[in-house]
Amino acid sequence: MNDRKDLSKRDDDRFADSGGDHRSLAGRHRLDRIFVRFCQATAMLSVVILAVMLVTIFSQGLRGFSWQFLTSSASADPSDAGIGPALFGSMWVCGVCALTSLPIGIATAIFLEEFKPRARLMRWFHSFIQLNISNLAGVPSVVYGIIGLTAFANMFGMFGDPNQPTFEIGAHYYDQYVSKGNRILLIPAENAGSPVPELKTGLVAYTSKGEPVKINVIGRGEETPKDKAIRAVTLKWNDEGGRIIENEWYYFRFPLGRGVLTGGLTLMLVILPIIIIASQESLRAVPYSLREGSLGMGATQWQTVQNVTLPSAIPGIMTGAILAMSRAIGEAAPVLIICGIVYIGSNPSSLMDSFSVMPLQIFDWAQQPSDDFHAVAATGIIVLLSVLLSFNACAVYIRNRTQKPLT
Amino acid sequence: MTAIPATRDITDIVHHPSRRRSPTVAQFRDLCMRGVLFACSLLSIFITFAIIFVLIRESLRFFEMEEVTLSRFFGSTRWSPLISGEIGIWPLVLGTLLVTVIAMVVALPLGLVTAIYLSEYAPRRLRSFLKPTLEILAGIPTVVYGFFALAVITPGLKFFHEGINVFNALSAGIAVGILCFPTVCSLSEDALSAVPRSLRDAAYGLGGTRFDVATKVVVPAALSGLVSAFLLAIARAIGETMIVALAAGGAARMSIDPLSETLTMTGWMVQMATGDASHAGMEYYSMYAVASVLFVMTFGLTVLGNIVRKRFREAYE
Repeated sequence: MNDRKDLSKRDDDRFADSGGDHRSLAGRHRLDRIFVRFCQATAMLSVVILAVMLVTIFSQGLRGFSWQFLTSSASADPSDAGIGPALFGSMWVCGVCALTSLPIGIATAIFLEEFKPRARLMRWFHSFIQLNISNLAGVPSVVYGIIGLTAFANMFGMFGDPNQPTFEIGAHYYDQYVSKGNRILLIPAENAGSPVPELKTGLVAYTSKGEPVKINVIGRGEETPKDKAIRAVTLKWNDEGGRIIENEWYYFRFPLGRGVLTGGLTLMLVILPIIIIASQESLRAVPYSLREGSLGMGATQWQTVQNVTLPSAIPGIMTGAILAMSRAIGEAAPVLIICGIVYIGSNPSSLMDSFSVMPLQIFDWAQQPSDDFHAVAATGIIVLLSVLLSFNACAVYIRNRTQKPLT
Repeated sequence: MTAIPATRDITDIVHHPSRRRSPTVAQFRDLCMRGVLFACSLLSIFITFAIIFVLIRESLRFFEMEEVTLSRFFGSTRWSPLISGEIGIWPLVLGTLLVTVIAMVVALPLGLVTAIYLSEYAPRRLRSFLKPTLEILAGIPTVVYGFFALAVITPGLKFFHEGINVFNALSAGIAVGILCFPTVCSLSEDALSAVPRSLRDAAYGLGGTRFDVATKVVVPAALSGLVSAFLLAIARAIGETMIVALAAGGAARMSIDPLSETLTMTGWMVQMATGDASHAGMEYYSMYAVASVLFVMTFGLTVLGNIVRKRFREAYE
């Protein structure tokens, strides 16, 4: 008898000890209401943060927004500064990135989703690739920048210094002189490191318009000719020229150097896992009955993918791809590692041209101590955000337009 | 969908020239495409090995230099390669961890509570408003957060505490936290909504309030997913670059004072990339050694997060 009493008492004790469950019903309901209010407030905080962010950016940056800002290049004077070359640089890099990452990413996703092997070794390999991709997605983008710098820009030093490439096509080198008549004369040279040819009368040079002319060289102590036409092609014997490079649009070199192609390939590394994961998800959403129908009619696996699975998954893949591209456009760290902060005065015209991208330009402005540049940075952010927003709008449009139930 | 054109007669499809192929040709094409797809997916493995190869090779080049030894790298607590040649990594690691801890103090509670609200309580209309907001926040480039830290958070902190430095770990940490918050939130929400409805119904049926159900049933059931979300967020915060480069400053210190300048590992890499340091010197190659440490830390956390999610998942169905 006694024992039993003790036992039940102990049970009571245990319940009493096990936390706040013994509070009154009203107390528990009050706690519940407080908790839900707290959750609501916290959730609203995200809206507040976004609002504060947008209000700050627009209040600081909207004044500087003009057509001139979109077209002109960076400048030491905040009122003249513009984002033009960076905007075009972003477009170039994004184009390279899309052309390389989309085929590879979608192919990988198709392989992982549609060609699941049956053999044991291959199955293991399959899950290894899958695990590897989810791990790659977690690598910081700045590390990809370092990889891009070593593997693409310098190519492990296999082809020598990027400033004196071992292999190049589509490049013309000139020594640039200013004649006595204040005209620019360009004398062709072999390559970036070849010795400067001795100046001699009769040497062929090109004017800034590209017309070939024969130069006239005056020696030590000789008079400068009076005739204007001759003076325009006259150089002194000890004039010093500067080596410049003129590229065709197909200019290409090894190592790739710090150009658009390197930037695009590096960003490809960054967004490849994102594209693969997004494409896999949309392939997974295609109902199995469609595949079975196709396979049942005697189609091979690839025919099934080509004619059935891929066409129905394309809207989802496109949405994921556009979102990945907007990530690539906003990515600054890898490009910063590759290019550093350099002044870019003109839009890139070949895949090897040095470039800047919008986030990098914004970083440069935000870094400046003066408030004027902060306002310019805010204007740049407005441009960047509107580009991203239009990308996202495209994605949403595609999603809404093409999303039909397939079951 | 072009695959199954409903308007055309079935004989059109069967006898369409593009489809009139012998089975062997089709099978050969199938085999070829398998090869191509396989090669593409091999690239991802190749990328991983390339990362490891580059980091090891260039770090070795750093450690082969005369003034550099492993014991100085891991044994010293001063970092100033440019001035005195001190190369102890710990101030950078400490700075990174300081910013990460501040970021997680912001992001984890905020993200978890918002995720609980979204998955358990939020009415549909509010949800359809909050979700796009979070998506927009997640899509904003990091450099914008860096600008936000400089333009809003630091002046805001100055309002509370006068003596705060223009560049400080606190404002960078808060900005990184805001950056990680949507990630934590969406991953946690996925984990929470994977908990089956029946568990909740049972708890409500036993008389639990919404608070009881959320904290005593749903969150414990989703714990593995939540932990993995947290680990991934920590990895992201450690690797975050642009915010710390803009807002945290550039002086490496061995202290955990959040109100003064801090140099993180990523911050050092940016300094090297943007500065005028020669591209062959010890300082420049230190970038690779720092990158290796960073890679090991984030890769470890990501792998751990994936393992936690897979191994410790409580399957209810």
